[in-house]
Amino acid sequence: MRPDYAAILRMVEPGARVLDLGCGKGDLLSLLVRDRNVKAQGIELREESIYECVEKGLTVLHGDIEGGLGEFPDKSFDYVILNQSMQETRNVEFVLKEALRVGKKAIVGFPNMCHWRARLDVFFRGRTPVSPALPYRWHNTPNVHFLSLRDFEEFCQEKGLLVLDRQGLTAHGRARFWPNFFGESAVYKLTAGESFSL
Amino acid sequence: METHSLTFDRLLLASGQELGPVTLAYQTYGRLDEKGGNAILLLHALTGDAHVAGLVAGEPKPGWWDPMVGSGKAFDTDKYFIVCSNVIGGCRGSTGPGSADPKTGKPYGIHFPVITIADMVEAQRHLMDYLNVPTWLAVAGGSMGGMQALQWAASYPERVRSVIPIATTLKHSPQQIAFDEVGRQAIMADPDWRGGEYYGHGQPERGLAVARMIGHITYMSDQSMEEKFSRRMKTDGFKFSFDAEFEVEGYLRNRGAHFVRRFDANSYLYVTRAMDYFDLSGDKLFKPGAPIPRFLVVSFKSDWLYPSYQSRDIVTALRSRHGDVTYVEVNSTYGHDAFLVEYDEQTRLIKSFIAKTHAP
Repeated sequence: MRPDYAAILRMVEPGARVLDLGCGKGDLLSLLVRDRNVKAQGIELREESIYECVEKGLTVLHGDIEGGLGEFPDKSFDYVILNQSMQETRNVEFVLKEALRVGKKAIVGFPNMCHWRARLDVFFRGRTPVSPALPYRWHNTPNVHFLSLRDFEEFCQEKGLLVLDRQGLTAHGRARFWPNFFGESAVYKLTAGESFSL
Repeated sequence: METHSLTFDRLLLASGQELGPVTLAYQTYGRLDEKGGNAILLLHALTGDAHVAGLVAGEPKPGWWDPMVGSGKAFDTDKYFIVCSNVIGGCRGSTGPGSADPKTGKPYGIHFPVITIADMVEAQRHLMDYLNVPTWLAVAGGSMGGMQALQWAASYPERVRSVIPIATTLKHSPQQIAFDEVGRQAIMADPDWRGGEYYGHGQPERGLAVARMIGHITYMSDQSMEEKFSRRMKTDGFKFSFDAEFEVEGYLRNRGAHFVRRFDANSYLYVTRAMDYFDLSGDKLFKPGAPIPRFLVVSFKSDWLYPSYQSRDIVTALRSRHGDVTYVEVNSTYGHDAFLVEYDEQTRLIKSFIAKTHAP
């Protein structure tokens, strides 16, 4: 199982109501339904992926999360997941704000721009990093934001987002030490704190 | 296949008037299982009929959704008991303005009561009981068929497990009402309409044909018309006349001429009126205390008659009540006609969706 999927499975309690923003072909949601018996809802932009979700028996809406989640009432979900999709949205603050409006908690997963191999790429080879977690080249990447665990944690502090759980991940499992250096990617569980200001 | 009909005594209409006796035409395919859990109701658009699939004696073409209904198809007749019902107010075997008024023995004409989509569904509920169907596994249809499907969810949510509204709306918009009104005015402006009392004299063919021509324009998209006709001519260059020189003109005239042979002008007035009255916005889609069926909502990108935003409004209404709803906007260039063209996409969606509802 993909380490990010495993991390998210560890973070979600059985029976939770889950919204996956940018759910793709529904692989993660299917796992959550199978192993955590969640009440699952996905949103996906690509039409072809929607068909695959429906074929997996998932409930999914065809739409663009950049336009907001207007069809969902406040706190309709226990978890809103943004796995590998936050860094592809233009207006991260708005998307996160909407995620925490409709969900009690958010789970955010993204590739780490400051993984040691990425640092080597930049420092010694003078090239933007390409790795299993950052597989694209500069001209074809869907990512519009590049960040590290430290960047994200500073952002959370600034915006009053409480980090409830953090898991740095390698290709094989968890990066328990120095996750901003050894982690190729990371998954965070967040909620809105008292000073939440998105 | 053959068209059956059910006749029952009377129907109390939304207007407060009573209609009776009422006949409803329908077709069935496949077999109802012992528990009655595999029945699916299919509902047609403005000018459709109960003949949804296969061949019927006397009709040259297969049914209006033939590629969707049959063995192994989206609505699989090996697994499910498929019912396609006509509507009251129409002219394809059900009671409508062309039927005989029991009081006078003559056709109702303009004395037929104005009916609503809810009245159509109420008549279909009689059919459901007659067929011993306890709950529909799915109720599905495009355009006006989608409105009936939505109305089923509003009127009898406890008897519907899932709803598939395609290329439709929660309420007719002013633009949709406007197009209907132009069609009706074309009919009523034809002197052959005779105030609706034309039976025995022949149809107001010119008016009805114009109404149909307007309809066909709204069912296509700019791109599909470009692809189908472009500026191609039927004639060798301009004839400097008002004949049908362009292919698109010939097509529209042909569709109009064909239509008047199979559709009653007064039915066109009544059925379009029913669509104009349709409005399940606000909370009207929901019956207090009743469960909300599962929904699969489908729209088509180039459909400007029933644009995608109207389908998204259905989704928003359902989500506001935490309804289980899947929504897809199919990237089609065929305009509103897409629900009668884009079979691969609809098949993929509908097959899985119904299977999931049938055996979750």
